[in-house]
Amino acid sequence: MAYSFPEEVLEHVFSFLCSDKDRNAVSLVCKSWYEIERWCRRRIFIGNCYSVTPDIVIRRFPKVRAMEMKGKPHFADFNLVPEGWGAYVYPWISAMSVAYPWLEEIKLKRMVVTDECLELISKSFKSFKVLVLSSCEGFTTDGLASIAANCRNLRELDLKESEVEDLSGHWLSHFPDHCTSLVSLNMSCLGSEVSFSALERLVGRCPNLKTLRLNRAVPLEKLPNLLSRAPQLVELGTGTYSSEFRVDIFSNLSEAFSVCKQLKGLSGLWDAIPAYLPAMYSVCPGLTSLNLSYATIQSPDLSKLVSQCPNLQRLWVLDYIEDSGLEALATSCKDLQELRVFPSDPFGAEPNVSLTEQGLVTVSEGCPKLQSVLYFCRQMSNAALVTIAKNRPNMIRFRLCIIEPQAPDYVTLEPLDTGFGAIVKSCKELRRLSLSGLLTDQVFEYIGTHAKKLEMLSIAFAGDSDLGLHHVLSGCESLRKLEIRDCPFGDKALLANAAKLETMRSLWMSSCSVSYGACKLLGQKMPRLNVEVIDERGPPESRPESCPVEKLYIYRTVAGRRIDMPDFIWTMDEDSALQHS
Amino acid sequence: MESVMSHENELNFKATELRLGLPGTEISAAKNNNNKRASPEENGSKCVISSAKSSTENETAPAPKAQIVGWPPVRSYRKNNIIQTKKTEHETGIYVKVSMDGAPYLRKIDLKVYNGYQELLKALETMFKFTIGEYSEREGYKGSEYAPAYEDKDGDLMLVGDVPWNMFMSSCKRLRIMKGSEARGLGCGV
Repeated sequence: MAYSFPEEVLEHVFSFLCSDKDRNAVSLVCKSWYEIERWCRRRIFIGNCYSVTPDIVIRRFPKVRAMEMKGKPHFADFNLVPEGWGAYVYPWISAMSVAYPWLEEIKLKRMVVTDECLELISKSFKSFKVLVLSSCEGFTTDGLASIAANCRNLRELDLKESEVEDLSGHWLSHFPDHCTSLVSLNMSCLGSEVSFSALERLVGRCPNLKTLRLNRAVPLEKLPNLLSRAPQLVELGTGTYSSEFRVDIFSNLSEAFSVCKQLKGLSGLWDAIPAYLPAMYSVCPGLTSLNLSYATIQSPDLSKLVSQCPNLQRLWVLDYIEDSGLEALATSCKDLQELRVFPSDPFGAEPNVSLTEQGLVTVSEGCPKLQSVLYFCRQMSNAALVTIAKNRPNMIRFRLCIIEPQAPDYVTLEPLDTGFGAIVKSCKELRRLSLSGLLTDQVFEYIGTHAKKLEMLSIAFAGDSDLGLHHVLSGCESLRKLEIRDCPFGDKALLANAAKLETMRSLWMSSCSVSYGACKLLGQKMPRLNVEVIDERGPPESRPESCPVEKLYIYRTVAGRRIDMPDFIWTMDEDSALQHS
Repeated sequence: MESVMSHENELNFKATELRLGLPGTEISAAKNNNNKRASPEENGSKCVISSAKSSTENETAPAPKAQIVGWPPVRSYRKNNIIQTKKTEHETGIYVKVSMDGAPYLRKIDLKVYNGYQELLKALETMFKFTIGEYSEREGYKGSEYAPAYEDKDGDLMLVGDVPWNMFMSSCKRLRIMKGSEARGLGCGV
């Protein structure tokens, strides 16, 4: 066509597009744009590893340099997904080792990664730079040794909260002496002690090291040795922050912190003892991120600490902070955007700390930029939620976990429908919501009516009937991920909203009331969905059709049914429906 | 009230059964070994407990509760970390060697087991079959040819009893029961 730009020009223009959404939109304009775009896409994100196959991806995008992928459903974090479910990354690594020799980045979340995978990565990709394994499992420290030894230009090795079989700390010593490229190292999830001298030398020879997250085994008295070799650090995760109090250790620590003028994020702090906290006061004014969720220090010390951090944007802390500490936070940290309060004693029958709904209310009042909340507590009221909603219409993520399932408003003993209703009505940009407490179908009507930007919803022990689920599926226009456990939602809502499921990434339902018959019907009707029944009681057809399935995972896919399923998962599709009709 | 009492009198397997649902409720929503299940509507209505009922149940039902799988939603690495921290706080002992001048071999004791100096010294007396004298700040241990001493973290030999118990626990590296003239040198007023 006379009026089309040369390919090179279009490619150059497209190179300014970073988001997948934009690139996907561009590919839909016309065939030639689709072709040009697919050859120059360098980053791909696959939210569900079973939604597509390696071949399909490679065929469409032949020149990928960075890939990010997620595997297991979120509820796997809480042991609701049985062992052996899947999410094996090996087929992907194997295919990419051939198709993408220039691959530089691999970021995986909730996937099974073996030592074999890691070795293949380390040997196949000559320019490999970034490996991030978030909540992954299946590998040992031997796999890490391969990465350390063979990836000549490794910039990032981040093990986030992966479950690593820790054979020894020897892997770290596999970084060759000529490796100077590290920018980020996160080994905080590992148990074994690494050779400290190897660590010291590694840190010392990597001038661009910005993030260093140590594991608990690194003793406090050795921390200054590392800090003095990396004063340019921006993010630090300490090892254990405990030792018998000695003045010399304290002063070394103090001095070491004082030279870290760029430090913005601090984490680790296992077993922190109050006597050593003042050693970090010099970095506090610069901190924007503080993770105290492993520090078992009490409220007065926590209050004192957060009061020194006026620029804090993110705080993760245990409920030892109590309402009083949250008040100090609200007073001192006016830039706070994200707050996560974790339970110190989640399984205790009685509260062990004085943390109530009031703490959250206070922070919502005092911190105008607060937009992301994860809060574990033992009591909540509609009044508190209404206040929070009124204070913070800018809330984007709101995850509340009242520890007792189905706990009502502790003042009125009513359901918390009104409170959560206020949240969704007021917070028009809400993208993520986790519910808890006593809730009826009414809260779902509020959610379906108002939560138009909601992308992810987590529901547990809530609702009265299918109507609840129907409200959500029919009303939440932006919904991508829905995860439900122990709710009386059944066939009707699911079948009535079958088409909706193709617009979402996935739906998880466990211990609900969806019958095997309905699953079969859904699988039959919707060929572009994988309807997977997870049932450890044995084949579903050995039970009546009306029998509810244990767990159900439904997701859209172009890959067809899985071929790597364990024996407790059944795909509902036309074939299986025909077999049993 | 009565129904709770009768449960307590029987060998009640239900109380220890792992199931999904509040204690005191009759649902076993997930754990079901029968082939036949409650119909969806029935099951559905049973999953929700009226607020009034649940609050009374909570008042009368005794702890401990049956743990629900995956609830509260705390990730296992976090749970493990907290447990580990609690363990370090409460379960690991402070073991120190104890030597006695003239004894053929040393012993080891856990300082955490004792509530204070009195208990510790009594235990040492029993272990090594000797008597320690009376402690006074001015004169050390009077009335015995033995004196309990310890090596602190600076490597110095100190008399047991001078500092507060907690400080002693955190600074004591090993114990030494001294005898005879050396012991007298430590301020034993004989």
